Amino acid sequence: MNEAAVPFAPRVPAAPRLRPVLMEIGYEFIRLARTRAYSFSVIGFPLMFYLLFGTGQRHGPIAQYLIASYSCLALGSACLFGIGLGISLERAQGWLELKWASPMPPLAYLLAKMLSSAAFALIVMAALIWLGITVGGVTVSLGQAARLALIVLLGSIPFTALGLLIGLLMPPSAGPGLINLIYLPVSFASGFFMPLRMLPHWVQALAPALPTYHLAQLALAVFGFAPRAGAPLHWLVLGGFSVLMFGAAWITFARRELRAP
Amino acid sequence: MSVTPPVDVRAAASGPIATLQDVSKRFGKRTALERFSLQLRGGEVTALLGPNGAGKTTAVRLLLGLLAPDGGRVQVLGRDPRGSSARTAIGAMLQVARAPDMLTVREHIELFRSYYPRPLGTAEILHRTGLLSIEHQRFGTLSGGQKQRLLFALAICGDPPLVCLDEPTVGLDIQARRQVWEHIRALAATGKAVLLTTHYLEEADALAQRIALIEHGRLTRLGTPAEIKRAVGARRIRCRTRVPEAVLRGLPSVTALERHGEHAVIFAHDPPAVLRQILALDATLGDLEVGAASLEDAFLTLIHAD
Repeated sequence: MNEAAVPFAPRVPAAPRLRPVLMEIGYEFIRLARTRAYSFSVIGFPLMFYLLFGTGQRHGPIAQYLIASYSCLALGSACLFGIGLGISLERAQGWLELKWASPMPPLAYLLAKMLSSAAFALIVMAALIWLGITVGGVTVSLGQAARLALIVLLGSIPFTALGLLIGLLMPPSAGPGLINLIYLPVSFASGFFMPLRMLPHWVQALAPALPTYHLAQLALAVFGFAPRAGAPLHWLVLGGFSVLMFGAAWITFARRELRAP
Repeated sequence: MSVTPPVDVRAAASGPIATLQDVSKRFGKRTALERFSLQLRGGEVTALLGPNGAGKTTAVRLLLGLLAPDGGRVQVLGRDPRGSSARTAIGAMLQVARAPDMLTVREHIELFRSYYPRPLGTAEILHRTGLLSIEHQRFGTLSGGQKQRLLFALAICGDPPLVCLDEPTVGLDIQARRQVWEHIRALAATGKAVLLTTHYLEEADALAQRIALIEHGRLTRLGTPAEIKRAVGARRIRCRTRVPEAVLRGLPSVTALERHGEHAVIFAHDPPAVLRQILALDATLGDLEVGAASLEDAFLTLIHAD
C-alpha cells in the first residue's frame, strides 16, 4: 500500500532517448525551410553573390576562393539568423519557456538548432561547388569537398554558441537589422568577400580577433589559399570561443531565474 | 531503450499528485511567495485565484520546475519537478503569444508527444481537442480559439497525471471559452490533477472543485466555490441607506461591506435580520435588492478585506 507515497518505481538512470532528438532536428529544419525569409536569404544571397562575383573570370582562383568563403558566410548567417534571431523570438513569445517546462531534452533543442544551421550551410556549400564546376570552370576534388564539409559541420559549434548567447541577450525587436549591421562588416574583415591582403592594413590587423576569420582560414586552406600549418591554432581559437560563448550563455540563462516573471 | 518507471495514476490519485509545502520565493527584495502550501489531487480541478502580482504565476513556475524555491519543498509524484524524470509527469499550458508559425497542428503535437515516454495517440489527441479537421493547418493560420486548443493539446499529449493551465481561456470569445472548459472537465474526469489559474471567476466557479485564494504571496483561503461564497456571506444585499458604515458592519451575520456613495452592498448570512435592523434605524431605505453572492463578490470582498 506504499504505492500512493511512491507512485514511481525507484529511480532508474534516464538513458538518453533518441526519438525526441531526431524529431526536434527534423522539425526545426522543416520550420526553417518553410520560413522563406530565412531560407531565401541564407541560401539565396551566397549563390547570387557567387554568380555575380565568382564566375566572372572562368578558371580564375577567385571562383575557388569564394566557394570556401561563401560556405563560411552561409554558416554564419544560418546561425545568427536561425539560432540568434530564432531563440530571441521564441523567448519573447513565451515558446522557449513552454519547451523548457516540457520534458524536452535540452540538448535536443540545441542540437536541432545547430544541425539545421549546418544543414543549410552544407546545402549552400554543395550548390556553390556545383556552380563552381559548371559555371566557374573550377575543379573540386571529392577530398576537398569532404574536408570543407567537415569544417562547416564543426564550425557550426562555435557559431551555435554565439547564436545562443545572442538569442538570450538580444531583444527580438532589434532583429535582423542589428545582426546585419554587425555581421556584414565582420564578414568583410574576415575575408569572406575578398582576400584579406586586398583590405586595408588595420582591417588585416583586426581580423585575427574575429572567430569568422579563423573559420575562413580553415576553409580557405582546403584550396590552398591559406597555410595549412595554421589549422591547429584556428581550431584552438574556435574551441576557446565556443567555451566562452556557451559559458556566457549558461550564466545568462541561470541569472534569468533571479528576475521576477 | 530507456526504462521509464511506470506512473500509476490510480495509486497517485489517492494521495496528492503535487505538493507545494511551506514554499517561499523571493525575487531580489520582493517576496513572491511566503510559506505557501497547496496540494493537488487527482480528478480535481484546483483554481488559483488572485490579483495580478499575487504570486499565481510563481506558484505555477515552481510546480513546472522552472524555478527553484528559496524555502520549503515542491514535489510532483514525490519528486523534484526540476529533474527530468518528474517532468514527464507534468503537462503545461502557459501564456504563449505564438508557437512556431510554420509547423502544422499535427507536427506540433507529434513533436511534443516524442518528449513523453507514454503519450496518447495522435489521433486521440486530435479527436479529444477537436483539432482533427485542421490537423494539417499551420499554426500561423489558426484562429485564437484553435491556437488555445492546440496549446491545450500539447499540455495533455503526454498523458501526464498533472496538468497546469495558466490562463487557458484568456482572450477567447464565450463560445471558444466554453469549448476549452469542456476539455478541462473531461481531463479531470480521467483522474488528472488540474491546476488552473484564471482571471475569470466564472471560470473558477464553473470548473474548480477547490479554489485557492492567493494574495501577496500567501494562501488566504482554500475551499470549494460554495465555501468561499459562504465565507463572505451567502446573500448579497444592495440598498440606499444613511446608516453609517460602522453601524452596518456591526449588524448580526454581516461578513463584509462595500460602500458606493449613497449605496451599500452588504454580505450577510441572515438578510431578514439585517434588513429589520436597518429599517428600524433608517426609514428612507430604498433601492433594495437581495440576491445570492457571486464568486466575484466573494473574491473582491475577500481581497479587499484588509
